[in-house]
Amino acid sequence: MSDENTQDQAGGETDTFDLWVAGTEEPQFQPTDEGRQEISEHESEDRLAAQFGRVVEDDYVFDEDADDDERMIVNMGPQHPSTHGVLRLQIELEGEIIRRTRPIIGYLHTGMEKTAEQLNYAQGPTNVTRMDYLSPLHEELAYSLAVERLLGVEVPPRAAAIRILMTELNRISSHLVALATNGLDIGALSMMIYGFREREAILAFFEKATGLRMNHNYIRPGGVAADLPPGWKDDVAAILKEMPVRLQEYDDLLKENPVWLSRTRDVGIIQAEEAIAYSITGPPLRASGVDWDIRKVFPYSGIDQYEFDVPLGERGDVYDRYRVKVEEIEESLKIVEQVMDSMPKGNYRIDDRKITPPPRARIDESMEALIHHFKLFTEGFKVPAGETYVAVESPRGELGCYLVADGGPMPWRMHTRAPSFYNLQGLPIAMADSLVADTVATIASMDPVMGDVDR
Amino acid sequence: MSLAEFGIVFLRALMVFGLLLVATIVNIWAERKILADMQARIGPNRAGPFGILQTVADGLKLFFKESITPRKVELGMYMLAPFLAVIPAFLIFMMVPFGRPFTIGGNEVALVGADLNIGLLFVLAMSSMAVYAVVLAGWSSGSKYPLLGGVRATAQAISYEAAMGLAMVAVVVYSATQGDGGTLSLVEIVERQNGTWAGFIPRWNLFPQVAAFVIFLLAIIAETNRAPFDLVEAEQELVGGFHTEYSGMRFAMFFLAEYINIFSMSAIAATLFLGGWSGPTFEDSVPAFISAILPTVWFLLKTYAIVFIFFWLRATLPRLRYDQLMTLGWKGLIPAAVVWLIVSTISMGFRQFGAPWG
Repeated sequence: MSDENTQDQAGGETDTFDLWVAGTEEPQFQPTDEGRQEISEHESEDRLAAQFGRVVEDDYVFDEDADDDERMIVNMGPQHPSTHGVLRLQIELEGEIIRRTRPIIGYLHTGMEKTAEQLNYAQGPTNVTRMDYLSPLHEELAYSLAVERLLGVEVPPRAAAIRILMTELNRISSHLVALATNGLDIGALSMMIYGFREREAILAFFEKATGLRMNHNYIRPGGVAADLPPGWKDDVAAILKEMPVRLQEYDDLLKENPVWLSRTRDVGIIQAEEAIAYSITGPPLRASGVDWDIRKVFPYSGIDQYEFDVPLGERGDVYDRYRVKVEEIEESLKIVEQVMDSMPKGNYRIDDRKITPPPRARIDESMEALIHHFKLFTEGFKVPAGETYVAVESPRGELGCYLVADGGPMPWRMHTRAPSFYNLQGLPIAMADSLVADTVATIASMDPVMGDVDR
Repeated sequence: MSLAEFGIVFLRALMVFGLLLVATIVNIWAERKILADMQARIGPNRAGPFGILQTVADGLKLFFKESITPRKVELGMYMLAPFLAVIPAFLIFMMVPFGRPFTIGGNEVALVGADLNIGLLFVLAMSSMAVYAVVLAGWSSGSKYPLLGGVRATAQAISYEAAMGLAMVAVVVYSATQGDGGTLSLVEIVERQNGTWAGFIPRWNLFPQVAAFVIFLLAIIAETNRAPFDLVEAEQELVGGFHTEYSGMRFAMFFLAEYINIFSMSAIAATLFLGGWSGPTFEDSVPAFISAILPTVWFLLKTYAIVFIFFWLRATLPRLRYDQLMTLGWKGLIPAAVVWLIVSTISMGFRQFGAPWG
């Protein structure tokens, strides 16, 4: 360990804690070192062993009495049935008990934030929609709201209402996947199929409205891509009628199932202070009893006109996170119903030809429309210089879009505050001293989407 | 031993072998279909009518696949383990009578692989042997997930074998009161369950020994590593558990052993508690051929009723955690089995010999 930098990371200062558990002494935080995830050549043997996964390398020490021989290091992932994509966990096991955990990310890094700098503002949603592939509409919404704020425009009420309708349906479909995979990971195979079955109905509606089941590029700066299809009310009404029945079915299957309760109650606990300290948002935060929902605190797209509650948990365990998700589906259904009943008439996008393209028919008869069309689809529209941050409540938590514009047609910098990324930070504290079987339950309840984490 | 006698013994072994293989093919298909129905899916429907040949197709595919041997395995144990899994699985069923004996050309053919007078002991011994396969497979794979699976298997099998054995003892003791002296032979135990009480309640051990039946059922589900006790191969936690490093035909043998064990254990449960092949044969009203085959039908029906419980539980219940499994075994099933054994023995003693003070 000749390298001075190595010394610090490999446990030279054992009194420094990387993690903070509520109720313990306030830690001295070290700046993070992103280079720790890479395998580079000139490293000491110890460092290489850590990077190949032969030892868990961390700054903190849980139990100094333990003998190293009694411990085994298991690399869970990146290829593992329950790591929800390509999450890799280095876990140090003592028998079946997990002593230390390190989530390792970056296996799905696609450089989407960098790509955004090469795409103009109209192309932006096609990019961001692929980040969190389970809630693409929220990603589009955050991006579009940020662009609109820089432009200083306000979308028509119908566009805002459509956005809420679609994103709340998206929340339901995303939570259904979360419930399904949570069930599967704990061994409730039927829940898996049920969750995906109900999601199918919502995706079918999305396909009808946007043309695609996922990665819609439907919500764009200036409004939405197209008006809702004829007969949309019937489809939404069918979903509204079907879902409560299905939710009751899930409750019958899981809510009071003793095996389910014993697997999820008091497992993977994150206390409220810890959740706040680690910037955890969304259902995991609310399951810990913190009343924080972007829809209530910083309402967007006129969501404050609709009545809904924010379901809260008490203990912050896997069961509470499961209940919060189920209850959020119910609340989203309420919102969808209100939006459906009060859908305003009007245009579905801004009538500003500098931002949104002219109708197809106008291009044949109007020179001006043709020029607008040409300019929009070649250069794109220019956004005044400035920076902004807009957050929406995605199914996973606070999804923020930070945009820096330099006056040109493309963003100078785009950054997404990905809720999965922050929520994953809570895994080590939630999993400390639990059993291997609890690992998968905890991961599933945090509901990470690796595309969102790595971007 | 004459040639005819030898032929009959050979035929009996062959029947057991054939029955198990066919039953396994049907079992795997039935599980997939039943699970699919419960989960609103379609299930296999391509190979053959209703997809019934799906298992055959899967088996052929596995047979032709390469058996990859990882570099770090303990080769001898690694190769031995699949055989150690399959052979006891077949041998268990040898003890189970699956029909009424019939006569061909003056020779009596008993529909049982072998009628040992220590049949139940043999069953217990063989089901313990099967655990070795899992442990050896897990340990010899030279990998971490299989090792965890193997360790889990050891603990699980030891815990639940005790409960299973105690539940069996209760039946054996009860069975001894029903006939002439005690017996461990499964053939004898079935014969003592023939007939009815009050003309319509079958004299199954299930009714006087209902607690033992429940304990036995839970124990065999754990013993065969099926959901919700399938921790040994919990794919969400341990990838594939003990057979993570096995592929091709070696994997197929573990798979085969699992399903044979389900069938054998269900058959033993049916034999011990549901009267095995005993049932109405309507000898007066139907042709002799049908009345000869009816006992086998009753046996299969009872066995599949228990096999169905296996599938049903798998579709319904989440998996237990390791410590919860141990708690259930040691603090739940084993004390319950001991208490039941004592209570039922005392009550039988009263009935047999009268009250000690009277």
